[in-house]
Amino acid sequence: MVLANIGISMPVFWLGLMLAYLFGLLLKDTIFWLPPSGRLTAGLSSIPFFEVWGWDVVSGTAKSRVLEFFANHYIFNALITGNWEIFKDAIRHMILPVIALSTIPMAIIARMTRSSLLEVLGRDYIRTARAKGIKNTNVVTKHALRNAMLPVVTILGLQMGGLLSGAVLTETVFGLAGVGRMLVEAIYARDYPIIQTFTVMVAVAYMLINLIVDISYGFLDPRVRLE
Amino acid sequence: MSTHPIQLEVNNLTTCFRTSTGNVTAVDDISFSLKKGETLCIVGESGCGKSVSALSIMGLLPPSGYVKSGSANFHNDNLLSMSSSQLERLRGNRISMIFQDPGSSLNPVMRIGDQVSEIFKIHLHMSKKESERKTLEMLRQVEIPDPESRMLAYPHELSGGMAQRVMIAMALVCSPDILIADEPTTALDVTIQSQILNLMIQMQSKTETAILLITHDLGVVAEMANNVLVMYCGQIVEYGDVKTVFNSPVHPYTKALMQSIPIIGEKTKRLDAIPGRVPSLNLLPPGCRFEKRCSEKNTNITSDCQEKIPPIFNLNDNHGSRCWLEKED
Amino acid sequence: MSKLGRVSKTLSDNFDEDLLLQEPMSVWKRTFKRLWSRRSGKIGLLLIGFIFLIAFTAPIIAPYDPQEVLIGKEIVKLKKREGPCIHMLGCDSAKPQHLMGIDGNYRDQYSRIIYGSRISLSIGFSTVAFAVTGGVLLGALAAFFGGWIDNIIMRLMDVILGFPSLLLAIAIVAVLGPGIRNALLAIAIVTLPAYARLTRASVLTVKELDFVKASITLGASPTRLLLFRILPNSLTPVVVLATLGIATAILDAAGLSFLGLGAQPPMPEWGTMLGSERNQVFSAPHLVFFPGIAIMITVLSFNLFGDGLRDALDPRLND
Repeated sequence: MVLANIGISMPVFWLGLMLAYLFGLLLKDTIFWLPPSGRLTAGLSSIPFFEVWGWDVVSGTAKSRVLEFFANHYIFNALITGNWEIFKDAIRHMILPVIALSTIPMAIIARMTRSSLLEVLGRDYIRTARAKGIKNTNVVTKHALRNAMLPVVTILGLQMGGLLSGAVLTETVFGLAGVGRMLVEAIYARDYPIIQTFTVMVAVAYMLINLIVDISYGFLDPRVRLE
Repeated sequence: MSTHPIQLEVNNLTTCFRTSTGNVTAVDDISFSLKKGETLCIVGESGCGKSVSALSIMGLLPPSGYVKSGSANFHNDNLLSMSSSQLERLRGNRISMIFQDPGSSLNPVMRIGDQVSEIFKIHLHMSKKESERKTLEMLRQVEIPDPESRMLAYPHELSGGMAQRVMIAMALVCSPDILIADEPTTALDVTIQSQILNLMIQMQSKTETAILLITHDLGVVAEMANNVLVMYCGQIVEYGDVKTVFNSPVHPYTKALMQSIPIIGEKTKRLDAIPGRVPSLNLLPPGCRFEKRCSEKNTNITSDCQEKIPPIFNLNDNHGSRCWLEKED
Repeated sequence: MSKLGRVSKTLSDNFDEDLLLQEPMSVWKRTFKRLWSRRSGKIGLLLIGFIFLIAFTAPIIAPYDPQEVLIGKEIVKLKKREGPCIHMLGCDSAKPQHLMGIDGNYRDQYSRIIYGSRISLSIGFSTVAFAVTGGVLLGALAAFFGGWIDNIIMRLMDVILGFPSLLLAIAIVAVLGPGIRNALLAIAIVTLPAYARLTRASVLTVKELDFVKASITLGASPTRLLLFRILPNSLTPVVVLATLGIATAILDAAGLSFLGLGAQPPMPEWGTMLGSERNQVFSAPHLVFFPGIAIMITVLSFNLFGDGLRDALDPRLND
């Protein structure tokens, strides 16, 4: 838990930079080297799946925009076109940003899980489960864990907010052209329409995710379900 | 099922708790035996150590509690020195326990049927279909109406009485040798209470289970017990068969208890309560713990009462009292 | 405990001597004792003390002025963004000692980090002070008056909470213009709703307690009631949240500064220092490493202290 405490105290952009330094420079000539920026190695480019499959797509139409949206997910694209070189390359470029971005929410969830589980293990029904002769490992995994997860799921939705905010910082660090970085650049350029649009979009996404979490709560906790 | 007449023999059990102000002795040197088919009641006020005794025997003490000394022999095996896997095989199987608040004693996210059939799967190694069938049977035996749909219900959908029936069902799945019931009716309405107690008597007559019943309700004791243990401040102060203890109590505490029971039909102005309060476990007196509130002290033995804890004096075959007044000079 | 002591005097002395033997302890003393006995609270408090010490004695312990550009002033010519030169660890003693190296503007980083502690601490405290005051006020008003006042205030809080906090802060600063004051305001606004919600929940609970109804029937004035009876009972969770809020505020402020929206150069704020040097992380990692560690240790200390405080104030953990 010391690690978890340290984890939630780190600024995400610092973690990203330090990881980039560690894996991008210090481990440069080892197999552990990971590219510190970008999505693909310079020189490689991902061919959209509809081109690979020879579909006839007129660019500029709504249909082409939808297909481009999916094709822009390099990993997904490489997977369905079977292009292993690009697949591996794209994944390697994703490893560091993903670790940097997820560490802090991971630490928060770890702490929450621990305190929730400790609390649940003190409850009466756990004592009953033990009195029934259930093995201790099963008491924890089958009886306690499901109950302990309820508060954790609640904060999952809130963590999405942290991920969205952290994405802004992580994209800046790793040079990824994502929504976060566009937002920041729009701010520097005082491009108000973009700032407004992106902020509202992010807020809507955040709301939807929390709505989904709220609804899923009903699946997990039978006491909350509407009859 | 076993053929031993004595199912459980507890000798000199002492249980302590670690607190920030030092170690506190919650159960002080208790000994008793439980025979097949018998119902033994442990009765006493809140905090006298009766629940802790049961939890110690089952190995279910909270992390701050530990058994300091003593043994609890189940068929010649000391429960207190068993490994956790050995205990896990016995719990729910040969020794079952039901608790006070059935609402909070059932897992709120699991269906009732699953919580009962779990036991069939673990201890009797039955298949899923088989255990569900048996679960239905068990729920019928404890007189739960419409068991087919009740099986799919969650604990919060059941009333207190219904939930306690489920607990009893879970406890009796494997026809255990011993059933420990820790205040099973305290959280229930009086009308439901008698139903639950009758159910327990019925189930007991089928399986000859020995019942260790813990309660603070003297009425329950009168209805259920063959033998009684009266506890005060962690110690046994009187034991005996229920008729003797109720009709001719010997220990001043038991006498005061019996006297404080209001008799229906008799008019009184005040209820007879025992004056004073139970000493705190942090500040126990060196001598008899009931001494300050005792109305039977006499000047001959007062110094003994204040300075030395009386041992249990055996009055005859099945009656004893922890009181210096019983000392024959 | 002291109340029990008074009551027992009315009963016969024989029975209650043992109660009088236990000395009553005030709430603060007991809380502090429990805080100290747990490891997290102890370490947190010590670290906070350490950081405060550094902040107070900054002028004394910093070898250089944090804004002082050293080019041309040193005997030996300095390289831009030179790494740390620690004499104890073998750096040539002819070169001047710079424990954490030199930044991109020829300033001593060690001094800047020390002075940065002042900025971070004041950011933390002022943001939280503003947010707590505003939040508690709004929450208490909402709970006490109910009805449409409650509705409006809580919907406003929901609007703020509908955005991820850092993004909203970025948006606010974008509108107001970059600068540390606007950054503080933005962070305060973004963290305010949590205190409002918490206070409102606490006040609602306490409001329904019987002693409040009894006081009102006896003619007590509602405002006095709110201020002196209800609020003090509701403030414990707010105190815990505020402590953890200082940690979040420092992190958010560093994030804003990193993006260039908070403290502006040449202020020695840790986030700003990190932000301006981020493109040189491969050639001058010490300029990224040390500010980040400083942020981490400061935030960690408040997190640990907040945890320890929460455990110490938890009424369920009765001894």
